[in-house]
Amino acid sequence: MFMNFEFNVEGGNFTKAGTASSQVKKILKQLNVDSKVIKRVVVALYEAEVNIVAHAWSGKALINISTDRIDLKLTDEGPGIPDIELAMQQGYSTASSAVREMGFGAGMGLSNIKNNCDELEITSEVGIGTVVQMAIYLNTK
Amino acid sequence: MNVLELAEKLNLKVISGNEGLSNEITGGYASDLLSDVIGHADAGNIWITLQTHKNVMAIASLKDLAAVVFVNNLQPEDDMADQSNEENIPVLVSSDPAFTINGKIYQLIN
Ligand SMILES: Nc1ncnc2c1ncn2[C@@H]1O[C@H](COP(=O)(O)OP(=O)(O)O)[C@@H](O)[C@H]1O
Ligand SMILES: [Mg+2]
Repeated sequence: MFMNFEFNVEGGNFTKAGTASSQVKKILKQLNVDSKVIKRVVVALYEAEVNIVAHAWSGKALINISTDRIDLKLTDEGPGIPDIELAMQQGYSTASSAVREMGFGAGMGLSNIKNNCDELEITSEVGIGTVVQMAIYLNTK
Repeated sequence: MNVLELAEKLNLKVISGNEGLSNEITGGYASDLLSDVIGHADAGNIWITLQTHKNVMAIASLKDLAAVVFVNNLQPEDDMADQSNEENIPVLVSSDPAFTINGKIYQLIN
């Protein structure tokens, strides 16, 4: 088994936030992937998707499903993250007050991602964009 | 206990998602921070919140929640009902503030 999916993610459009995550959840369910794995993918992908909506201009999510792992790569054009270590700290957020009022911007997104991935690599260039690359293994017990 | 039984016992108004009233409630989660809910709520939970926008339904669906309860008589924003009906996740409204309704739900399901 080896499958690829690609979804566009619109910066700033909160009404569509979570669309890619919802599609991927459906696909994984159809493929009978273990529900624990699906839950982890949903959390990690939703947070990465929302980060593009909340913090970047536009982006895409590339999902690669193979027999032993799911790779999720979110690439965006946006302001980038000047200090990734700082951004990873729980509670750190640069979200606007409008975004916070909606209940986003608690600064927990990257921690949620970290807690639900087996592999995580974030690279970013200020003024250009960010790449969040995640992997979740399929046969973890 | 299912959502309908809970709604009747606690006088919650059912706004949408009627087909999900038979959803079984496994527990509850109270939070207004979306990352908190996506990270920590469990499938089958009833979610008590003051957030009333569409993203609440997206999260409820992604997490397979049993239902959503708005506190303080807050009404859902217009575009919420469709998704609630499609996903069979009821949206309920309570006239109580969060502390009170959380306490009542806790007592009922534990
Ligand atoms: N794709 C991104 N582009 C630019 N900045 C980002 C991106 N993702 C995360 N960040 C930065 O990292 C911070 C922390 O992210 P996160 O933990 O998801 O919290 P939140 O999104 O709630 O602010 C954000 O506030 C933002 O400054
Ligand atoms: Mg975030």
